[in-house]
Amino acid sequence: MRVYFDYNATTPLAPEVAEAVARATQDLFGNASSIHYFGQQAKAALDEARSAVAALIHGDPSEVVFTGGGTESDNFAIRGAAEAAEVSGRRHLVASTIEHEAVLNTLKALARRGWRTALVPVDQSGVASPDQLRTAMADDTSIVSVMHANNEIGTIQPIAELSAIAHERGALMHTDAVQSAGKIPVDVRALGVDLLSLSAHKFNGPKGAGALWIKRGTRLQPILTGGKHERNRRAGTENVPAIVGMGVAARLAIAKMSGEAMRVRALRDRLEEGILRAVPGTAVNGARAARVPNTTNISFDRVEAESLLIALDLEGVAVSTGSACSSGTLEPSHVLRAMGLPAHRTQNSLRFSLGMFSTEEEVDHVIEVLPRLVEKLRGLTRKTVTA
Amino acid sequence: MRIVVAMSGGVDSSVAAALLAEQGHDVIGLSMQLYDQTEGQTSFGSCCSIDDLHDARRVAAAINIPHYILNFERQFDEQVVSNFVREYTSGRTPLPCAHCNSDLKFATLVERALGFGAEAVATGHYARVERDAVTGRYRLQRGVDPAKDQSYFLFSLTQHQLARAVFPVGDRPKDAVREYARLRQLPVANKPDSQEICFIPDDDYAGFVTTHAADAPRDGVIVDEHGRVLGSHAGIHRFTVGQRKGLGLTSSPNGAPMYVLALRPADQQVVVGPKSSLERTTLTASGVNWIAEEPRASIHVAAQIRHRHQAAPAAVRALGDAQAEVVFDAPQIAVTPGQAVVFYDGDVVVGGGWID
Repeated sequence: MRVYFDYNATTPLAPEVAEAVARATQDLFGNASSIHYFGQQAKAALDEARSAVAALIHGDPSEVVFTGGGTESDNFAIRGAAEAAEVSGRRHLVASTIEHEAVLNTLKALARRGWRTALVPVDQSGVASPDQLRTAMADDTSIVSVMHANNEIGTIQPIAELSAIAHERGALMHTDAVQSAGKIPVDVRALGVDLLSLSAHKFNGPKGAGALWIKRGTRLQPILTGGKHERNRRAGTENVPAIVGMGVAARLAIAKMSGEAMRVRALRDRLEEGILRAVPGTAVNGARAARVPNTTNISFDRVEAESLLIALDLEGVAVSTGSACSSGTLEPSHVLRAMGLPAHRTQNSLRFSLGMFSTEEEVDHVIEVLPRLVEKLRGLTRKTVTA
Repeated sequence: MRIVVAMSGGVDSSVAAALLAEQGHDVIGLSMQLYDQTEGQTSFGSCCSIDDLHDARRVAAAINIPHYILNFERQFDEQVVSNFVREYTSGRTPLPCAHCNSDLKFATLVERALGFGAEAVATGHYARVERDAVTGRYRLQRGVDPAKDQSYFLFSLTQHQLARAVFPVGDRPKDAVREYARLRQLPVANKPDSQEICFIPDDDYAGFVTTHAADAPRDGVIVDEHGRVLGSHAGIHRFTVGQRKGLGLTSSPNGAPMYVLALRPADQQVVVGPKSSLERTTLTASGVNWIAEEPRASIHVAAQIRHRHQAAPAAVRALGDAQAEVVFDAPQIAVTPGQAVVFYDGDVVVGGGWID
C-alpha cells in the first residue's frame, strides 16, 4: 500500500483537471494574444479560468494575473510593490519569520540591494501577533507580507488585523495564500489585503500555474517585462493548458470545499489522535485550533525526522519535514525554530498533510506502521552499533 | 536481504549497487552529504560535491532503487575533518579515509541502515570480506585488483563492523567494473576516478589546515640532525616525513638531497637529513585493531606503512593496550607518524594500527 500524505508539497490532479488540461493541450494551441480564431479560443479559455480563480477568492476577474506559480506570485508582489514605492522614498519591507522561502529569500535579495527589512516573530503556537507587527513597522514600509496559512504547521494568521495595521502606516498588505486557497474559504475583501498569491498545484491543479490577485488601483511594477500580456502586468505567452487546469481546479474547490474540509479534517484528527495515542513521546506542534484542516505537524521524541521519513517511505508512506536544502537533505525547520521550539524538536518533527484522495484506510495504515518504525529507530539511538 | 549501499556518485559504488540489485537484493541507496553546500558554493570542492550526489541519484533511478541523501555534516566534521586538522598540526600525517570508514560509514551509516530494516551496508571498496566457517570470524582480504586494493583503508573495522560489511566489487578488477558499468549503461560509466582526499580536491592540505586549525599555525625553523638551523618554515603542518620537495632550502651542507626526517610539534621544528637517515627498522603502533585473533607471540607478517607501499616482511608483537611493535627484516624508508601500518598474511588483513 502506498500512502501519500504530503499534499502541502503538492497534490495529485483531480481527474476533471487532468482531462481539461489534456484537452486544452490538444485543442487550445493558439496564442491568446492572437487576433484570429485560434487566439480567440485560447483567450476565452483564459477568461473562464480567470473568472473561476477570482470566484475562489471572492475577487474580480480583472484583478487576477496568471503567473508561473506561487513563487513567481510572491516575487511579483514583493518586488513589484517595493519597486513601485521606491520613487516615493519607501525602502522598508516587512514579513513574518515563518514565511515560505519565496518570500524570505526575496526580502534577502532586496536587502542586498539596499532595502531595509524586518521580520515579525511568531509565538509558540506559530501565530504572528498584531502587536509585534506594529513594532516592526516603519514610516517608510512599502509592503507587509504575511502568509495566510503556514505550510509546515498549518496555522492560520490573523491577516485582517495585520492588514489594518499595514494600511494605518500607508503600506501595502500581501498574503501568500498558497496553503489556504482551496482548503478554507479565502475572501480578499474580508482579509483586507492588496495582494494575494495562489498556486494551482496545491489544490489539485497542475504545476506551473499560479496567480497574483492585485486589488484594483494597487501600484505594482511588473517584474517580467515584454509583451502586453495580462493587461501589461506579466509579459510572456500564457501557459493556456495549465491555466485552464487551474480554473477547473478552482471550480472544483469551490463546489466541494465545505464537504471536503469536514471530511479531511475528520481524517486528520483521526490520524493525529491515533499517533498521539499509539506512539509515546509525541506532541503536536503549533496551535491546534486555528489550522487548515488537512495538516498536522508532530514531534517524535528521540527520533531524527530524517530517519523516520525514510523509514516511512520504505514502508510506502510519503510524508515530509521542514524545508529541504539544495541537495534534498534536511535542515532544522526555520518555522519550528521561529516558534521557539528547542533544537531537538526542530529536527524530530514530521508533517502529515492530507487531501482529496486520502482515505480512512490509509490513516489507519499509518497509525499501524508508525509505532514499530519509531520503536526501532529509538532502540538504535540508545545503544551504538559499534560498541 | 535488505542492503544499504553507500553511494558516492562514483563508478565503484554505483556498480556495487547495480550488482546487488541484479542479485535480487532489496537495495537502498544512501548518499552522505558531508559538508554544507546550501549556497551552491563550498569551501571544499568537487568530489562528494552536489554533482556527485546528483550522479548517485541518477544511477539509483537507472537501476530502479530508492535513494536518499543523509546530512552527515556534523558527524563528518567531528569524526574526520577535525581529526585531520589536529593530526597535521601535531606533526603527524593523517589518513582521513580510514577514519571515515570505521567512524562514519561503518558506524553512523550502519546505525541508520539498521533503522531502515537493512542487515548490511555495502560500499564500492576494493576489498573482500568473508566469514570463516570454522572460527566464525570475519576475514578481510585485499581486493583482487592489486592496483586498486583498498584494504589498507579498512584495517580499523572491527569484527562487529565487518559482519555488516559487503564489498561487491572487491572480487573484480577495475576494468571489469567499468565494463559492467558501460554494459548496464550507468550514467557514471566513464566518470574519472577520484584521486584526492574528497574534502580537499585542490590538494592544498596546508591551506586547508591553516583555515581550519583552532590556533593559527606557527612559524618555526628547519634544522639538521645535529640541531643546526638551516632555514625557516611557515608551520609544521606543511610537512610530511619523507618529503623532499618544497623545503625551501637553497642547498644542503654537502650537496646531497635533504628529506624531512621528523616533525617536532613542541618546538615547531622540522628536522631534515639525508635519505639514509630516513631508514627505520622498527616502529610502534597505537589503536591497534586485530581482525584475525590477536597473536600471543610475535608473528611474521608483511607490513604496509602507506597506501602505495609494497608490504615488507616484518615481525609484529602485540604489546597490550592496543599497541604493537613492528620489526622489519630490512630497513624501510619514511615511517610516517599518523599513517597506518597494516599487517598482511598474503592477501589477508591480520590487523593494523596507527604509527606512533
